[in-house]
Amino acid sequence: MLLDLDKFIIKERPYWEELAKLVQTQEENPSKRPTLEEVQRFHYLYQRTSSDLVKLKTFAGEAETSRFLERLVARAYSRLHARRARTMPFRPWQWLTQTFPQTFRRHGLAFALSIGTFFLGSAFGATALKFNYELKSDFIPPQFSHLNEKPSKRVEREEKAEFDGFENRHQFSASLMTHNTKVTILTMVTGFLWGIFTFVLLFYNGILIGVVGFDYLADGQGEFLTAWLLPHGSFELPAIFIGGQAGLVIAHAMFGWGTNLRLRERFARIRTDLLTLIGGAGLMLIWAGIVESFLSQYHSPGFYPYKIGFGAVQLLALILFLSFCGRKKPNLQHQNI
Amino acid sequence: MLGKTTSLEIQTPEGVHFQIPIASPFSRCLALAIDLAVILAISMILYQVINLIASFGAAIPFLGSMIADMGSGVMIVVQFAVTTFYGMVLEWLWSGQTVGKRLFKLRVIDERGLGLSLKQVIIRNLFRMLDILPSTFYFIGSISCLVTKRCQRIGDIAAGTLVVRETQEAAPALGELLKPGANSFASLPHLEARLRQRTTPEEARVAMDAVTRRNELAPESRLELFSQLAGYFREIAEFPEEITLGLSDEQYVRNVVDSLYRRTSA
Repeated sequence: MLLDLDKFIIKERPYWEELAKLVQTQEENPSKRPTLEEVQRFHYLYQRTSSDLVKLKTFAGEAETSRFLERLVARAYSRLHARRARTMPFRPWQWLTQTFPQTFRRHGLAFALSIGTFFLGSAFGATALKFNYELKSDFIPPQFSHLNEKPSKRVEREEKAEFDGFENRHQFSASLMTHNTKVTILTMVTGFLWGIFTFVLLFYNGILIGVVGFDYLADGQGEFLTAWLLPHGSFELPAIFIGGQAGLVIAHAMFGWGTNLRLRERFARIRTDLLTLIGGAGLMLIWAGIVESFLSQYHSPGFYPYKIGFGAVQLLALILFLSFCGRKKPNLQHQNI
Repeated sequence: MLGKTTSLEIQTPEGVHFQIPIASPFSRCLALAIDLAVILAISMILYQVINLIASFGAAIPFLGSMIADMGSGVMIVVQFAVTTFYGMVLEWLWSGQTVGKRLFKLRVIDERGLGLSLKQVIIRNLFRMLDILPSTFYFIGSISCLVTKRCQRIGDIAAGTLVVRETQEAAPALGELLKPGANSFASLPHLEARLRQRTTPEEARVAMDAVTRRNELAPESRLELFSQLAGYFREIAEFPEEITLGLSDEQYVRNVVDSLYRRTSA
């Protein structure tokens, strides 16, 4: 059976044009929510056009009209199954106090591996420096060349310096925030390369901290070091570990251990968790950047106990937040029964 | 590059099967170049605006140096934000398009042909940081695009997206192609009926394709194709010489198509 193509096109064309117009309106303003009547009409037109396409392909085989209808159905299909409408409204407080810590705990093993790799690097850096102090300049990258200075000399200089009225602190703060955010995102996304570079980045950053830590402690500047690093490091380092955690979650998805799902399905499952982890790490880095610029860099000895206290309280609060926040309360009623 | 596919095939729950053409690496490169130029332009404009505000602020006594420093800080954050969020914001607002993609008629879609979710938009743009490595040469992204079947960079694989070519074709004007009254075969309905009876749907499809796409053919190929088709249709249903006299092969096939598809015209 052959279709009377001309008659068919004349009859159906108004429906196709109406659908094309609706699709175009949707594409131009995707956030507009259509009314129920509009949705029903859209659905009717989509089904009618789909049916026309099937008829045309089966009974006529006319290439040009088929191609036109294929494009139209493809666009309408995409709009009809758009997932904007199904997206839950974003609740920042709920996300911060429940989703983020819950997600963090769900991938606890990845975090343990991330922090473990970092401290392994630290131990390596400290040990290497203990046996050969000359290696210090090799470990410290050019952008941190000021760390090549003997710690006691730096401490003496810094403690004598007068308060500069936050001069150049905004620029410094902004540079730190953006740099650390880039490092954290990079630590996450390199997880795609089977986690190798995530481990490398964590280990490398660990070496740097290990070298600096050993250098200052060996020179008797433990108090200065703690007062310098703890206020911002208590947020900055965990944020980088969380970036590493997200990277290792990706690496796990790449390997696909313990699942028969295909790569795309494995990624679909972790997408929300990745965004939650990287979003949380980003917030922590913003705070760490502000603290580092406006608090950590001021080295008045009388101020050390307050800085250390601030950093310690912050770290404890973070540990408690990530460990306990968002835990579901036990159902007491159920227990009583 | 081996085993590359040029289109995304979709089978909808309604049983409809259709294809969406996948964008080539070349067109994606061109769109990217435009986007980089736009990012650069936005950054430069914002730099000038912030600079202007900071220079006015610098004149304020006591607060001048702090405002100037704040301006530098804001510029660093804005530069980072523009680079990172340009793709995210536009792809979300324009349903998978940026300025470059709009110009080259490309669109990011879900790999099942659906619209994009916000998560996918964010993930594919975050992974750009890996795709651009080393430095900003997009080496990893390019390699990924070349070796994956559907030309996906790593961000696309992670987000479950792909970039397609957007072709919004107009409905063909078949009525203009086959004008009523122009078909001399219509005066012999019994022969038209024999033609319809002896022509299979596949043969009709070939003839219709040849007529609708004739302008896409090279002149020699066009002559050759219509000569073969006309010869074939002359064999299966012979029309008298007074009807076919002076008809070119192409016109003969057009008449055949008209007789096959437009039964009401007789």
